Order: sequence, then structure tokens, then C-alpha cells
Amino acid sequence: MAIGSVGIATATRPTSLRSRVSELLDRESWLGPIFVSPAMVLILLLVAYPFCMALYFSVSNAFIGRPSTFIGIRNFINLWDSDAFRQTFQNAFVFCGIAVGAKIVLGISLALLLNQQLWFKRLIRGAVLLPWVIPTALSTLGWSWMFNSLYSVVNWVLLNSGIIDPPGPNWLGQKYYAMAAVIIVNVWRGLPFFAITLLAGLVAIPKELYEAAEADGAGPIARFWHVTLPLLKGVLGIVVLFSTIFTFSEFNIIYVLTHGGPINSTHLFATLARQVGLETGRIGEGAAISLYLFPALMIVVWAQLRYVRKQAY
Amino acid sequence: MKNRKLWGRILTHLGLLPFIIFAVFPFYHMALTSLKQNRELYDRGANPLLIRQGATLEHYSRLLWETEFITWTKNSLLVTILASVVSLIIGTIAAYALARLKFFAVASLGTGIFVTYLVPTSLLFLPLAQVVNWLGLGDSRWALVVTYPTFLVPFCTWLLMGYFRTVPKEVEECAMVDGATRIQALWKIVLPIAVPGLVCAALFAFTLSWNEFIYALTFTSSSEQITASVGITTELIRGDIYYWGSLMAGAVLASVPIVVLYVFFLDYYVSGLTAGAIK
Repeated sequence: MAIGSVGIATATRPTSLRSRVSELLDRESWLGPIFVSPAMVLILLLVAYPFCMALYFSVSNAFIGRPSTFIGIRNFINLWDSDAFRQTFQNAFVFCGIAVGAKIVLGISLALLLNQQLWFKRLIRGAVLLPWVIPTALSTLGWSWMFNSLYSVVNWVLLNSGIIDPPGPNWLGQKYYAMAAVIIVNVWRGLPFFAITLLAGLVAIPKELYEAAEADGAGPIARFWHVTLPLLKGVLGIVVLFSTIFTFSEFNIIYVLTHGGPINSTHLFATLARQVGLETGRIGEGAAISLYLFPALMIVVWAQLRYVRKQAY
Repeated sequence: MKNRKLWGRILTHLGLLPFIIFAVFPFYHMALTSLKQNRELYDRGANPLLIRQGATLEHYSRLLWETEFITWTKNSLLVTILASVVSLIIGTIAAYALARLKFFAVASLGTGIFVTYLVPTSLLFLPLAQVVNWLGLGDSRWALVVTYPTFLVPFCTWLLMGYFRTVPKEVEECAMVDGATRIQALWKIVLPIAVPGLVCAALFAFTLSWNEFIYALTFTSSSEQITASVGITTELIRGDIYYWGSLMAGAVLASVPIVVLYVFFLDYYVSGLTAGAIK
């Protein structure tokens, strides 16, 4: 009898433990945190913690392989004495402003064209999206061959079509041309995102609105200004915000195409931070340069959250 | 009337032509360069848009047999596959919880994921390099397996939250009334419905990690550990000497896996790209 009850007890305990666990897992207040925790641990350890480290580095005179001391915000201020940094600061706004502006105009035009009846719809979409899919570092390498000082195919085409006179610009070796080159590649790479996303926005506009506007006598241009653009504003806003932050923090294109040169004329925060922080070892200063990206990020996050909240919640 | 429509359509295609040339020409030129003989490649009188003096595979064979290209590609595959699988699993369960369950601070956790999704990799690579060193993963491809989920997980989570929200709650509740546990309902009911979203997230995770450059460049440096993008852009350039033929061959070959995926799953790419911004 006693032996029997012990046997029952040991037999039931594992099942009751298991059922208790599965009961807990059925409760949302338990399952939710359990499901979210791997993602949160990852973010805390490898995003939040490094971010705090960046903050700490930026207020210290950290140098690779040497103990560091707290120096306050001196890094942030001293940076303004550096020609390279002032140039970079200016570059970031020129680069981002022109590139995002060009992507907006070209992106809307391309999306409007793609929204028409097309013969090879899939093929055309596939071609247009291609630059976004290929590894940026590698396609940029292709561009750097296209802009090569001796064998530039861009110059060859421009010369042979009579647009420019020989010898043609040295794209990556001259200040303004180098900036133009990195902007062209950034637009090339970012345009698909604009076009495809805006196309989705266009498709969502009800046809009846156009019919009603046409019945009221609105021509194509009036319809674009008074129907398309206002209804596209939401999507356009989000796309521009996304693009702004990723254009502002661009690294790959600059690194591969110009390395920031000639004479810092194409450096952006990310590439300068790498050069100062890793190549010369002044991590503190490098971190401070990276953190100049942060205000831009904050503005974008704030604007996004305001908009996303309005939509989702 | 019909005639006018036809002309309109032709005009549209003509308008698209410059965009298509702009998008595709660099790839055409890359492929062309990789197949040209050096003699023609470095002849300033030759037409750069065509191959006139015969094609060659010498750049490809040089790349494959005289460099570590195959090792780099293996590294890229290893890192990409592992990081994508891990991120997809973590992202799926997090997205399900954030989209479906009610628990403490769920809304602010969702916001946190979204904010992390916006943080550019170029903001954090300096301190992350220190963390990688402390973990003992300095100059190792495993550093990439560990760090790539930092941008893949927020992306997958955000994308999948949108998909999970579109699955009607009732479907799941029905299953649970019939005696299924929540996990069974997730596994047997919700995930099968969300397969398009999962495919999309997997594709993007694969693409994003295959294309990643700044972390790979910063955290790895020796020839046995680097990925294809880094190998091609650093090891094939010796000082000021660029082997353009092999460089372009490398760029073409390392793009092949992505292009193959892309050709088969174009529609998923389109929907994923728009979901990131619109959902």
C-alpha cells in the first residue's frame, strides 16, 4: 500500500510539473515576456550596452590599448578645431540634402511611370529594384571602375556623345566631382526603395478620386497636385525619414569609392569616425564623431514614432 | 482613342528607359569587364561598351585559384545562414508576443524594437568592436554571427508583427477552445498562415547579412575569416594596383546567390520592402 502510493506520487509529479509549466505558458503574462526576452537580451547586450560605451568613450580620452580618463565634453568641442571634422559636417548636409532631394523627385517620377499599364511589368520592376539587392560594397566597386581616372566609361560616353570636352573630369580625384560621384551612387542605390514604396502608396489611392477630379475638369497636372500628392504624403514622409537616417549615416559607398578623399571632401561621420577611431586609434574622438549622428537619429525616431503611433495604435 | 492609348503606353516605356539603363548598366559593365582580356581592358582606344577582342575567363580562374575567394564565400555563407536562422527564430517569437499577447510593458517594448530597427550600424561599430574583443571573438567570423542579429532581429520582428496582426484572432481562439495550448495554436495555426511573412523575413535577413559590410570590415581582417564583400574590396587591391578584371569577376560571383534568390522571389522582395515603411 505504502509502496503503491510512493509509486503513484513519483509517477504524477513530472506530469504535474509539466502541466504546471504548460499552464504558465498558456498565460499571456508569462508567455509574452518569455517570448520577448531573447530579443531583449540581444538588444540590451549588443545595442544598448555598446551605445552606453559610445557615450562613455566620447567623454574620455580613450586610445586603443591604453587606460582612459574622463575629460568631459572636450572631444565634442575640440572636433570643431579640426578642418577634417568641419568639412565632414558640411559634407553630411550637402550629401544628404542633395541625395535625398534627388531620390524624392526621381522616386516619384519613377513610381508614377511604374503605375501605368506596362508590357513587361515584372521584368521592369525586377530591373529597377536590382541596385537595392546587390551587395553595396561590390556594386560600388563597379562604380569606382566606371569612374576610373583613365578608363572611365562615364567619361567615354559623355565624350563620344559630345556633352563634355576632352580630357573629361577625374571623377574621384577632384573635389566637387567626387562629391557628385558619391551622390550619384547613393541615389542609384536608394532609388528602388523610394520608387517601389511610393508605387505601393500610389496603388492604394482609390481610382474614383481620379475619376471625380477628371469629371470636375482637372488636367493631369492638377490631378497630380490635388489628388496624388496629398494622398501620397504619408508614405512619402515615412520613406523620406527612413532614407534620411540611412543616407546621413552612409558608410559603404564612401569607403569603397573615395575613402573620404580627396582631402576629406567626401568624408561623412561614419567614415571619419572609422578613420579617427580605428586607423589612428583615438577611440574617444571617433565615438564623439559617431555620436554626431545621434541628433539626426533622434529627430527621425521622434517623427516616425509620432506618425507610426497615429497609424498603429 | 485606342491609338492614343497605345502611344501613351509607348511614351511611358520611353520614359522608363533612362531609369532602367541607370539601374542596370553598372551590372552590365561589371560583367563585361570581368570577361574582357587585359589587353582590351586597358586599351584607351577600345570601346568600353563591347567586347571586340574575344572574351576570356582568366579573371575568374585567377580569382578562384589564386586568391582565397572560395574561403571568403564559405565564410559569407556560414555567417549569413546562421545569423539569419537565429534572427528569424528570435524575431518570430518576439513578434508574436508583441503583436498578440497582452503583458507588462508590451507597447513600450514594441516601440523599443522599432527604435533599434532605425539605429544605423555605422553608429555603433566602434564600441561594438570592443565588445567583440571582450567576448574573445576578435578577428573571427563568429563575431559576425553574434553581431548581425542586432540589426536582423529588429527588422524581422517589425516585419512579422505586421503579418501576425493580419491573422484574425478568432482563428487562434477557435483552436484554443478546442483544447490546443497557445503554443500549439501558434505552431499549427498562426505560423502556417504567416508563411509568406516568414519567407519574406528570411529573404531579407539573408540579403541584409550577405550585403553587410561595415561590421565585417571592422571585426574581421585575416584572410581565413573575412566575408566575400570584404575579401574582394581589401585583398584584391594591392597598394595602388587594382586588378580590375578579377575585382569585377569577384563582384559578379559574390552577387550570384542574391540574384538567384531575387529572381525567384521578386514579389516577396517587393512586399517586404514596402512593408518596412507602410505596415
